[in-house]
Amino acid sequence: MLILIKGGRVIDPGNLDGIMDILIADGKIVEIKKHGSAEGEYPEAKIIDASDKIVTPGLIDMHVHLREPGHEYKETIESGSLAAAFGGFTAICCMPNTDPVNDCRQVTEYILQQAEAADTVRVYPVAAISKGLKGGRLCEYAELKKAGAIAVSDDGKPVNNSRLMRRALEYSKGFDLPVISHCEDLDLAAGGAMNEGVVATQLGLAGIPNASESIMVLRDIALCELTGVPVHIAHVSTKESVRAIKDAKTRGIPVTAETAPHYFTLTDESVKNYNTNAKMYPPLRSGSDREAVCQGLSDGTIDVIATDHAPHSFIEKQVEFDRAANGIIGLETSVSLSLKLVQDGVISMTVLVEKMSTHPARILGLKNGLHIGRPADITIIDPERSYRVAADNFRSLSRNTPFDGWDMKGKAVLTMVEGKIVYQEGYQIE
Amino acid sequence: MESLSVDEINLILDTADKMKEISQRPIKKVPALRGKTVVLFFYEPSTRTRTSFDIAAKRLSADSLSISASSSSMVKGETLIDTARTIEAMNPDVIVIRHGSAGAPHMLAKIMKPSIINAGDGMHAHPTQCLLDLMTVRENRGKISGLRIAVIGDISHSRVARSNSIGFTKMGAHVVLAGPRTMIPKGIESLGVSVSYNVEEAIRDADVIMMLRIQKERQQDFLFPSEREYSAVYGLTTAKLKKAKENVLIMHPGPINRGVEIAYDVADGPYSIILDQVTNGVAVRMALLYLVTGGARNADSD
Repeated sequence: MLILIKGGRVIDPGNLDGIMDILIADGKIVEIKKHGSAEGEYPEAKIIDASDKIVTPGLIDMHVHLREPGHEYKETIESGSLAAAFGGFTAICCMPNTDPVNDCRQVTEYILQQAEAADTVRVYPVAAISKGLKGGRLCEYAELKKAGAIAVSDDGKPVNNSRLMRRALEYSKGFDLPVISHCEDLDLAAGGAMNEGVVATQLGLAGIPNASESIMVLRDIALCELTGVPVHIAHVSTKESVRAIKDAKTRGIPVTAETAPHYFTLTDESVKNYNTNAKMYPPLRSGSDREAVCQGLSDGTIDVIATDHAPHSFIEKQVEFDRAANGIIGLETSVSLSLKLVQDGVISMTVLVEKMSTHPARILGLKNGLHIGRPADITIIDPERSYRVAADNFRSLSRNTPFDGWDMKGKAVLTMVEGKIVYQEGYQIE
Repeated sequence: MESLSVDEINLILDTADKMKEISQRPIKKVPALRGKTVVLFFYEPSTRTRTSFDIAAKRLSADSLSISASSSSMVKGETLIDTARTIEAMNPDVIVIRHGSAGAPHMLAKIMKPSIINAGDGMHAHPTQCLLDLMTVRENRGKISGLRIAVIGDISHSRVARSNSIGFTKMGAHVVLAGPRTMIPKGIESLGVSVSYNVEEAIRDADVIMMLRIQKERQQDFLFPSEREYSAVYGLTTAKLKKAKENVLIMHPGPINRGVEIAYDVADGPYSIILDQVTNGVAVRMALLYLVTGGARNADSD
């Protein structure tokens, strides 16, 4: 089957930027030509009109919680994959803090089986750094890699023991498994329910200081320097972390970093009224932190935008604030919130594609980009499309978003994985 | 206290002054709230506040009943919202709630019909304590505006300190908070108060000194090394009192740790109005129950 994506602005950073037509045959890209030059050549092709739209390599969200196995009432691999497709992602990485934890071949294989059955987007399992996320001993990285793990992380928890973290970096390198670090000093953060600061003081909630994150960022940078093995810092939220990463990069230390849309969009003011949908770890920070995160995105300190999609049901969220679970969902709002950065002049559209596709692929060691012969993983974005977020219509099983009812401009309108359309706005995908 | 205007606070205090007289009669009961049901929903142990509300409701002829955390379905795993909806289904007029989580009364006020009165939520607010403190100071000094109020102790963990900072500042007083740095939360000055890390400095020229209870378990939080050192440096003693104005008022929201934050002789001394606070607590709570059931307004969260 032939598909012709016609007349869109094709952006593949470092490779393509222009109004082009892309021809896809049997799931692979077979031709990329200047728009119009292929006119009438393929009368049998299914035409996708992409005029006034942006055509990019498939977007990758490298930080997602799919909750399966163990908490299928919050999300399943199937529902999470659908949510990803609706959000414009062709691939997602799922974190290992499921029940059981993804710390062995069997769980990794199970996730991949479920993903194959869902047959929607590519699901890359991230396995645990330590057995049971307990920080006691290393998981069997060779076997996990063989089973299909793409990276390792104890996300949700920090690796407290610096020696174990050091060994994880050294050992994982032998199997090309990138290490993703959740940075949190548990003692310093203990008991905290939100960012430490004026808002927490006024609300009478215990605070989590910025330093509880940056202390661990600095430690991991030190271990990265010690071992020479890259480390990827998850969900950066503070100015101190941004500064530390920037400094490390200047010194040539192979550290990379991600942040999430809520950290460059919201501040701890959103917690007022005890809104549990504004509760996550790390917590929403102050205005100056938000600005530093934006600056970090703009100057290249922060490589990746990832959602930390963390589904929770009403049971965990419609409770007292300090008892509410941490985390918000993000797959179906990420592109629109990131496009706002482009509209506000923080980053260019090209940089957005880098942070949501090129860079995550590079960090994870995935082939990426729009090249002839490559599988057609493509996202089409309509940057002008205005709409209002309605959480009730989400494909995710959960509704824990602070962005419900927000007016957005720009969204993904088509998601294609290996030539198969897994989402097209206005169409029912069978 | 954030949502109350100066006029509303004055209305509550004026009403409380009138209510106080009822408690001095031989027959301490008026029919104002006859046929009204007041539920005292206490998720945190409390004797003083719960008893005070209970007496207040009964003196107004309301039917009051207490539910405590240990007797409620909460121990059986029911959520706060479900427990509250169950109580709501029995048509109470007022729910007085004390809860260990900041914002819990706020959450219930958003979804429930009966009036909600916050009897203390986590470290956030204790509005009836603030109102009774305002009443007690006004009664003793004839005014609140222009007074210097020193609040000393664990400000970080104190809902009383927060509510009093807002309430006294709003009524024109100058509030100084003092304690070791470990007990002063970031950005507390945003409430319009000033901060001192030196007790002598804080009580110099103070018209009112309010001491806060020191909880022994906070030692595990590394907030202070020992009660011994705390009382020596931050406790209120006769010697320190000499720095304050003559006729200074000594207050404490209770329960008192004698010999820790306040010396024996100071707690029982001539300047102490600690028991007046308790007496006025009943009057303020009567006033609030009367006003909210009269549809005056929902004294919801703060």
